[in-house]
Amino acid sequence: MLKVNNIEVIYSDVILVLRGISLEVKEDQIVAILGANGAGKTTTLKAISGLLNAEEGAVTRGSIEMDGRRIDKLSAETIVRELGIVQVLEGRRLFQHLTVEENLVIGATARGHRGTMIDQDLERVYHYFPPLKQLRKRVSGYLSGGEQQMLVIGRGLMSRPSLLLLDEPSLGLAPLLVQEIFRVINQINEESGIPILLVEQNARLALEVADYAYVMETGRVVLNGPSEQLTENEDIKEFYLGLTQLGERKSYRDVKHYKRRKRWLG
Amino acid sequence: MNWVLVPQAIITGILNGSVIGLIALGVVLIYKSSEIFNFSQGHLLMLGAFVTWWFAGASEDGNEIFNFPLGLAVLAAFLVALLIGFLIERIALRPMTGQPLLSIILMTLGLAQLIEGLVSIFFGIQPKSNFPAPIARTETFKIPFAFAFQGNIFIKKLLVIAFLVAVFGMILIVIFFKFSRVGLSMRATAEDHELARSIGINVPRIFGLSWAIAGIVATAGGVLLAMLTGASLSLSTVVLVAFPAILLGGLESLPGAIVGGIAVGLAQELVSTAKLIEIRNSSEIAPYVLLLIVLIIRPEGLFGQKRIERI
Repeated sequence: MLKVNNIEVIYSDVILVLRGISLEVKEDQIVAILGANGAGKTTTLKAISGLLNAEEGAVTRGSIEMDGRRIDKLSAETIVRELGIVQVLEGRRLFQHLTVEENLVIGATARGHRGTMIDQDLERVYHYFPPLKQLRKRVSGYLSGGEQQMLVIGRGLMSRPSLLLLDEPSLGLAPLLVQEIFRVINQINEESGIPILLVEQNARLALEVADYAYVMETGRVVLNGPSEQLTENEDIKEFYLGLTQLGERKSYRDVKHYKRRKRWLG
Repeated sequence: MNWVLVPQAIITGILNGSVIGLIALGVVLIYKSSEIFNFSQGHLLMLGAFVTWWFAGASEDGNEIFNFPLGLAVLAAFLVALLIGFLIERIALRPMTGQPLLSIILMTLGLAQLIEGLVSIFFGIQPKSNFPAPIARTETFKIPFAFAFQGNIFIKKLLVIAFLVAVFGMILIVIFFKFSRVGLSMRATAEDHELARSIGINVPRIFGLSWAIAGIVATAGGVLLAMLTGASLSLSTVVLVAFPAILLGGLESLPGAIVGGIAVGLAQELVSTAKLIEIRNSSEIAPYVLLLIVLIIRPEGLFGQKRIERI
């Protein structure tokens, strides 16, 4: 359904951030984008959701298509309202001074939803994130990090997205909470059939829930494939999962992986 | 201090203050949705008063186009204010998107000059003393009160009408913000523009709408003032009294603007009753002195938003 064809993104007319990214999200899939900081993962998401134009960024080459319709020239509001592509921004961004319920409701009203639809969607969010129900009258700025992450994903769900873009949902959360969040992400995808494009640093968990994954480095996709296949890949194991063959002695020579690290410069 | 005059000053202060509060509300509205401090609010108010005056056919030079009764003239002026609000967003604010906030705030100063210029071209620079009012300016209520001067408090009937209209307007706005969908979108936009865009809120339209509503509020304030004093270019200077009211109440608080307005109104009346001849214009300075004291104790104002810091 979502197809990104060889896009190039330039910030402020000079900074080339993406140098030809292609990726695809199919119906019902969870697709993960992995990569180091500055690889261009967030920029890719913002190019899809149309938020780039607010930051003097522009897609200068290539195209982004949703169900066959070109969306790379559309405004962020149109992309949310008409196509239902909703990006959950990095770093648990919420409307701090609004209550939990107001934060959720606005996700629905901003897409033009009304009345009973909103109540149904609230129930759905409380079903996925039960703690939010008790907190619904609280000012959201005072929630804990985990609760805030639940809230922002919940707000994304309130828009009834046709595609959910999640930017680092594990950022700054305790390991147990991260597992819980990922379990719910998986559950949302399975029960509601919402395809999810996930940007993540936590490669192990991301590969566990994802059906397909792309690895990015310095603005390019350097590796892609079904996640089972990537999990078996030697480089992924070593650089992203931190695994080596068990039981073998390691010498310092092997650890110097910068020598072996593949570079896709040029 | 002439104590017998104090009851009179308190009543007049509160009534005056409510109109100041309404004017302050307009500035807070724009600040809340876009963090822009609108220095042209006073000029929007003055413009609203002149437009109403014009629609009421009060130029009386034989070629007036409209001759509406006051109520209809005010409605027409509201419509004009609405259009002007959206127009300002479209031609003045949108090109400034992404520019530093300070440039946009300075732009509102320029806007103030532009409005003043246009008004003096279209309506002339002479004060209009024939601003229509529902009842004569001299009519007063006489309330017997034992401790007041000669046993009575006098209140201008027009001032009471202004008070009631202002209070009604404020309640309407507070309800709109708290409970309506658009109000919720406006509060959300005020907090984080990028986030608002990411969930599908049309941020430019919210800006336009908040300027439009602020324009209508300004027009209402302008009409209320003009009923009492007549329409003139100097009406715009009333914001100099509204500014301390805004800061006193807290920049992003609607109830704060109202309380601030009343506090400023009271301070002015009481100080002018005290007749401090050693200090010139003491009643104009009073609001700022009050503001200074409040800001020392509560830097965010009486009802301003505290920054949320999780510990």
